[in-house]
Amino acid sequence: MGKVVINPARCKGCKLCIEVCPRNVLVPSSKNNHLGIYVVEPKKVGECTGCSRCAMICPDVAIEVYR
Amino acid sequence: MSKILMCGNEVIGEAAVQAGCRHYFGYPITPQNELTAYMARRMEEVGGVFLQSESELAAINMVLGASACGARAMTSSSSPGISLKQEGISYIAGMELPAVVVNVMRGGPGLGNIAPSQSDYFQAVKGGGHGDYRLIVLAPSCSQELYDLTALAFDLADTYRNPVMILADGMLGQMMEPVTLKKINSKRVKKPWVLTGAKNRPARMLRSLFLEAGALEKHNEKLQEKYRRIKAKEVRCETYNISRAEVIVVAYGSSARLTKAAVKMAEERGIKAGYIKPITLWPFPEEVFINEKDKDKRYLVVEMNEGQMVEDVERCAGDRKRVSFYGHAGGWIPQVEDIFKRIKKLV
Amino acid sequence: MKKVFGRTRTLRDTHTHYCPGCGHGIAHRLVAEVIDELGIRERTIGIAPVGCAVLAYYYWDLDICEAPHGRPPAVATGMKSVNPKNIVFTYQGDGDLAAIGFNETIHAANRGENITVIFINNAIYGMTGGQMAPTTLCGQVTATTPSGRNAERYGQPIHVAELLGHLPGVTFSSRVALSDIPNIMKTKQAIKKAFQAQMDGKGFSIVEVLSPCPTYWRKTPVEALKFIKKDMTKIFPLGVFKE
Ligand SMILES: Cc1ncc(C[n+]2csc(CCOP(=O)(O)OP(=O)(O)O)c2C)c(N)n1
Ligand code: SF4
Ligand code: SF4
Ligand code: SF4
Ligand SMILES: [Mg+2]
Repeated sequence: MGKVVINPARCKGCKLCIEVCPRNVLVPSSKNNHLGIYVVEPKKVGECTGCSRCAMICPDVAIEVYR
Repeated sequence: MSKILMCGNEVIGEAAVQAGCRHYFGYPITPQNELTAYMARRMEEVGGVFLQSESELAAINMVLGASACGARAMTSSSSPGISLKQEGISYIAGMELPAVVVNVMRGGPGLGNIAPSQSDYFQAVKGGGHGDYRLIVLAPSCSQELYDLTALAFDLADTYRNPVMILADGMLGQMMEPVTLKKINSKRVKKPWVLTGAKNRPARMLRSLFLEAGALEKHNEKLQEKYRRIKAKEVRCETYNISRAEVIVVAYGSSARLTKAAVKMAEERGIKAGYIKPITLWPFPEEVFINEKDKDKRYLVVEMNEGQMVEDVERCAGDRKRVSFYGHAGGWIPQVEDIFKRIKKLV
Repeated sequence: MKKVFGRTRTLRDTHTHYCPGCGHGIAHRLVAEVIDELGIRERTIGIAPVGCAVLAYYYWDLDICEAPHGRPPAVATGMKSVNPKNIVFTYQGDGDLAAIGFNETIHAANRGENITVIFINNAIYGMTGGQMAPTTLCGQVTATTPSGRNAERYGQPIHVAELLGHLPGVTFSSRVALSDIPNIMKTKQAIKKAFQAQMDGKGFSIVEVLSPCPTYWRKTPVEALKFIKKDMTKIFPLGVFKE
């Protein structure tokens, strides 16, 4: 069981995290951050294993992972 | 204290060592090679760092790095090499780092020749590199001044966090002259900006890039304020007989040596002559000219170039007609007799 | 639940000016994590280049100095000569290191300066608007090679890690890539080895990092990583060239 927390202020919407997540936890949201970027958010929350792949690829260190 | 005989380039090196310089970076070029070799030898003796760099570009940036870490660092070169250092000098000025740069000038432009020259006045005094910055420029005219001014250069650099240039020429560099190697009591300037690793304090940064709105303007204002302070406090100049003289010869460095002899010759023949020898080329001793109210006085500027400092004299004297110029570029050295003839013609 | 991934001490919690999906951000994180894991933050001095990473001093909570374009290895040489106990590293792009500053690079490497170089090879000049770099691939379209880099005119892309690996002064030279998770982990290991080499006083260490510039590769961030894997590593083989 894992959990990711995404800081919307840091997310630039590059979607690399979505690409590397093996459990398809993450999705683009319809929420804008202060830069007008559609940030990513966890959707299938229960699927997250806390593997940290998303965090390791995030160029903006927007993701914290808990397990 | 007894005098010893040394070549000018070595005198600069010894002064640097005595002033606490332990980091020297340089690339060979005539006519300053004795200085590089001297530093190589002396740094070994005193446990300092000597490094022959791959280029003048590298040398000035090594100085930048050593200075950023708090060392009294120096590099030296001659005209073509000084051109290569301009990028680094501009950064050092922008980052407000102390540094001492020695230019033992030779003939130019381009590769020119290796004869003594004063052709880099504009480059040293008016910029050389890009941006609104100033170098403190010191112009020694004898071996004793090579020693004293080099030592002073390190203090000024630290005090103002600014690069300082020693503007010498091939004649001064090569000349053997007795010199007193006085003990130098260097100023100890606190450097709370030095990079050492952010231990028990906030991290520091040294930069010349200011992208935030208005930040670069503010940084430039701060620099200008510093330059005004330097102008107010650090002008140095030697004058002789200027209140009584009808003709005042203006010269610095090697041409000032010859000028002194020519003024003496004129006086012996009953001509009222004097001289102004700027020691700081920047800040220029403007007040000496501005305070000289007698409009009948004539200035004769003698330079080993095609006329560079003469523009500053014209600016300060306020009346171009009162200023005449005698000089040539390309390794020409003025003769005492010829300077005397020019003085005579002006009376 | 326990936090298993978060921002490391040396990486400031701030917005960066990098484009979405830019490799500089990943590389910054890896460098910061290595510094913290080795416990050397308080004696480390970084040198920021002129390039997209010019503002790196806002992102690392370290003592940092700027250097003129291409001159970081000379600045590092000067710094290291003052206090050899300091850990000094440069962070340079391909224009900075392999074009304008190659002389400084080669000579610092050949002297065996005990410094670490993080070399970001993104096959482009990012900061100035996507011009050809010495590492641009043949056929790659850039602002200054509108029909693609032509080898007859510009030669082949420069292989920095291999070239420097030949020099006796170099103790560690490796090429890694930010193309996927396993390679990002290998990149971190290489950076750690490079810093460790400096801590052990072994001499010059360099890590060449193949890094995405989605903006001037005209690709999405996801496509950019695929480009590294498929095209870039063909020309720039990954591996250790000196250890
Ligand atoms: C002397 C000098 N020449 C040119 C430039 C302009 N310039 C700034 S960054 C750069 C190239 C940057 O490319 P690279 O080093 O690959 O870094 P990147 O932006 O790709 O990370 C150039 C040419 C400069 N700042 N200074
Ligand atoms: S931690 Fe792993 S499973 Fe969870 S969101 Fe990130 S990549 Fe997906
Ligand atoms: S990788 Fe980071 S910046 Fe990119 S979309 Fe995911 S959370 Fe946002
Ligand atoms: S231009 Fe390229 S290298 Fe520069 S920040 Fe954008 S993606 Fe990164
Ligand atoms: Mg690049």
